[in-house]
Amino acid sequence: MDGIPAYNYLSSPKGWKSWLLTRDHKRIGLMYLFAIMFFFLVGGIFALMIRIQLLTPNQALVKAETYNQLFTLHGAVMIFLFIIPSIPASLGNFVLPQLLGAKDVAFPRLNLASWYIYVVGALFLMYSIFTGAADTGWTFYTPYSTQTTTSVIATTLGVFILGFSSIFTGLNFIVTIHKLRAPGMTWFSMPLFCWALYATGIIQILATPVLGITLVLLILERLFGIGIFDPAMGGDPVLYQHFFWFYSHPAVYIMILPGMGIISETISVFSHKKIFGYKAIAFSSLGIAFVSFMVWGHHMFTSGQSELAAMIFSFLTFLVGIPSGIKVFNWLATMYKGSISLAAPMIYTLMFLILFTIGGLTGIVLGALSVNVHMHGTYFVVAHFHYVMMGGTVMAFLAGLHYWWPKIWGRLYSEFWARVGALLTFIGFNMTFFTQFILGAKGMPRRYSTYLDQYQPLHGFSSIGSFILGAGFVVMAGYLIYSLFRGKPAGNNPWGGLTLEWTTTSPPPPENFLETPKITHGPYDYDKVIADNG
Amino acid sequence: MFDAAAGHPAHLQHHFSDSEQQASASKLGMWLFLLTEMLLFGGLFAAYSIYRAWNPEMFYEAHKQLNIYLGMINTIVLISSSVTMALAIRSTQLSNRKLTVRFLVATLLFAAVFLVIKYLEYHHKFELGQLPGKYYTFTGLQGTNPHIFFSIYFMMTGLHGIHVIGGMGVISWMLYRTKRSQFSPAYYTPLEMTGLYWHLVDLIWIFLFPLLYLIG
Repeated sequence: MDGIPAYNYLSSPKGWKSWLLTRDHKRIGLMYLFAIMFFFLVGGIFALMIRIQLLTPNQALVKAETYNQLFTLHGAVMIFLFIIPSIPASLGNFVLPQLLGAKDVAFPRLNLASWYIYVVGALFLMYSIFTGAADTGWTFYTPYSTQTTTSVIATTLGVFILGFSSIFTGLNFIVTIHKLRAPGMTWFSMPLFCWALYATGIIQILATPVLGITLVLLILERLFGIGIFDPAMGGDPVLYQHFFWFYSHPAVYIMILPGMGIISETISVFSHKKIFGYKAIAFSSLGIAFVSFMVWGHHMFTSGQSELAAMIFSFLTFLVGIPSGIKVFNWLATMYKGSISLAAPMIYTLMFLILFTIGGLTGIVLGALSVNVHMHGTYFVVAHFHYVMMGGTVMAFLAGLHYWWPKIWGRLYSEFWARVGALLTFIGFNMTFFTQFILGAKGMPRRYSTYLDQYQPLHGFSSIGSFILGAGFVVMAGYLIYSLFRGKPAGNNPWGGLTLEWTTTSPPPPENFLETPKITHGPYDYDKVIADNG
Repeated sequence: MFDAAAGHPAHLQHHFSDSEQQASASKLGMWLFLLTEMLLFGGLFAAYSIYRAWNPEMFYEAHKQLNIYLGMINTIVLISSSVTMALAIRSTQLSNRKLTVRFLVATLLFAAVFLVIKYLEYHHKFELGQLPGKYYTFTGLQGTNPHIFFSIYFMMTGLHGIHVIGGMGVISWMLYRTKRSQFSPAYYTPLEMTGLYWHLVDLIWIFLFPLLYLIG
């Protein structure tokens, strides 16, 4: 192993201007990474405040009104500022061109613009905190959102602006994948992460504008009383829900698909075995993107849509289980008889598999009409959502972060502390959220600032779990930051990966590859190639 | 136009291997962007369809309040502007810079005429109190909740109007770049993309006009 190469994207060119005006996808990805990690911390602090409040039923921390703002902020920050941009805009931005053997994304200036648009949107959301944060929940349901005195307009305007950032990222990736693959890289020799980002891009482009116009209508409703969502004026509040979920249901696949893409990479690399069912995984990403547009009605089983519509939506919701199941079984089959190494990225990958499977199966439970009527608006939904989003997407994000960390910085973190952090995270996560399945099944409603005494033991257990979870993240921040200064040089290919980013130096040069890479083998050809750990 | 030091045309960005790849990437990106525009309006078209289905008689009565003749003139004006936009691109392909400038100016003028007529229509509606939602004060219409029609009318034409203004901004920029000889038959991608955008703005109006003004 040699040291850190002197010529790399971090060190050249120099100066703060070269960062703020950069068009290098790696630097933009890194700027996104810092921004989303900051908001992950902010949203995490809100989450811990919620759990402190719910430690006892005495409303010890905040009043009911403030609690409403607290969970709204937790939701809005985590959804719009962290999880939607998380994998695509940070890790995706960093590795997509390298996976394709390209020098950059198709539109570097648009890429930088999307970061600044993200920052502006984030400022609106932050501004709303100081002017009376919205207390509507992250879904901004009418008619309450048009009546509350809190700053719904600043919040929704922020979300509207963030939508453009998301659209530009998706658009950029789709064009990059179509037009900038290295000579010899066919659609079916692309790494599966690219397929996942492609499917994500399709949803970002097709769904986000609908959220945009919905929020514009909501803002106009508040400002001018246009009456579209106001039943007193002949409008329909359920129409708002249709519009909102037409975006926001596909949006949960914007959140999970890139995570599934990362798992498809790590599972093969750390099993040292060719991915099982490449085409099935690739097409199931597109399948999920396709089905995601036809299931929004399952958020409105109790909102007064017709029984027939509810039955159709319920049936279509079950269909999502098929492509998701295809992926899970293919990942398991990849591990079968593989030579599995339990490095940190693989530990997070396994955590993803376990937690996402629980989250996915409980999603099927919620998709069933009769069960849904009982579970609707309870902690069961909260637990399901966190199992898919945090157990799924966040674990996949962490798998990806640990997997590409040596490529990003050229340095290795401590495997020992990584295991400690992962263990705390896994225990804390399950204590926090598995408990909430039980709470929900016993009838604890979501979004309440207090509860009956009978729920106290479970709520207390869940809160203690959340502190352990928080401790896991503190450990992680510790060893990752330490590695930046004292980490051992990683070399080009610490994991023995076969995708193209591992053929260049760590950190890579500004143009990624000193010469255009030649495709000599597939991304997962472990049966043919032994990687050169140079 | 040719950067001798870099050994490739000045407009070619470093991460593309040739001009053709760059142009086709731009085109795909633009089409995807236009798709998002369609979906943005799609929400309003959905709202229109739903409220029309719920209140067919009110929509019928309310649509008579719109001036078909002004709407028709504006349709012709916008279609003409699309023609001049296309001719501007054609002129650049034929290396005729002067003509390109003239056609772009003509496009801008048509767009301005469109906005002036739209202003006159809006002004008339404001005077009559045919305004969206709670500001609706007009009394000459039967049927329940006629303000919904005007809410939808103002939102659809208003959002379209914003796109016309945005388009004028981009066309002005293209005019500036054309005057500075930045386009040639070998490279005129930004001009072509502007044309695509402008045709979409035109096309949306071609849907708005019959839906709002014509069908009863």
